[in-house]
Amino acid sequence: MSQQVEQLSCREFVELVTDYLEGALPGEERLRFEQHISRCDGCTAYLEQIRQTVAVAGRLTEDALSPDAERALLDAFRGWRTT
Amino acid sequence: MVETAGEEQLVAALRAGDEEAFRTLVREYHPSLVRVARIYVPTQAAAEDVAAETWLGVLKGLDRFEGRSSLRTWIFRILTNIAKTRAVRDGRTLPFSALQEPGRVPEPAVDADRFLDPEHPRWPGHWAVKPAPWPEDALEAAETRGVIAEAIEALPATQRMVISLRDVEGWSSDEVRNALDLSETNQRVLLHRARSKVRAALEAYLSEDGT
Repeated sequence: MSQQVEQLSCREFVELVTDYLEGALPGEERLRFEQHISRCDGCTAYLEQIRQTVAVAGRLTEDALSPDAERALLDAFRGWRTT
Repeated sequence: MVETAGEEQLVAALRAGDEEAFRTLVREYHPSLVRVARIYVPTQAAAEDVAAETWLGVLKGLDRFEGRSSLRTWIFRILTNIAKTRAVRDGRTLPFSALQEPGRVPEPAVDADRFLDPEHPRWPGHWAVKPAPWPEDALEAAETRGVIAEAIEALPATQRMVISLRDVEGWSSDEVRNALDLSETNQRVLLHRARSKVRAALEAYLSEDGT
């Protein structure tokens, strides 16, 4: 698209990142956002860092159930079953 | 995650008192139940109580479960109801009123001094100090996860609740909005602030660490 849209500054860009990732940017703003990424390596790195932050946060859940807790819950289950 | 296709079978097995089925479910969801409960109640012990009470509610309610929502959604709905009731009973005021208007005080995602002046003749509002790509291996390190956990812990309560459910537990925005009674916009504002701060904490850690 050769359409001339007003350019986004980096300072404005960082405030739109979540809306962009949530799919909440209206068409023209999304276009400005994507045009900005295509010529700004600082903001490209920033967006990637946000994605990485989300990915690492999702790995905080790797704690497994402790055997003690499992035993207690299964005991409760047996108790429930026999009532 | 428990497959939707296998869900009916699982529910039938649970109703029949199948211990293996219960074990499967508990292994899948219990750690997450405790973490989510912890968002509402003040101590780890209270969170574990709420999770245990949730399983009782699940067992008691099994006969009424009709499969209109997923089993997972249904279990977490039981949990959030119990946790909210308990928080009220314990006289712990939930920050829900603060959830309603998160946008009143503006908070920039990145410190203003990272950018050039908005009146800069050539590059207004552009990076003064650009973010540098992070080394992949540092992101894999357990210590990095610790930094993120600490940064999340340090957030204001409302931001912590939203990022914990969205990014740590992997809930959808609709699930989070329903659990916390939030509008779509407010959920996004809180998520934006939380992610921005956690990213900044990670950046500070990774730049002091190596290069």
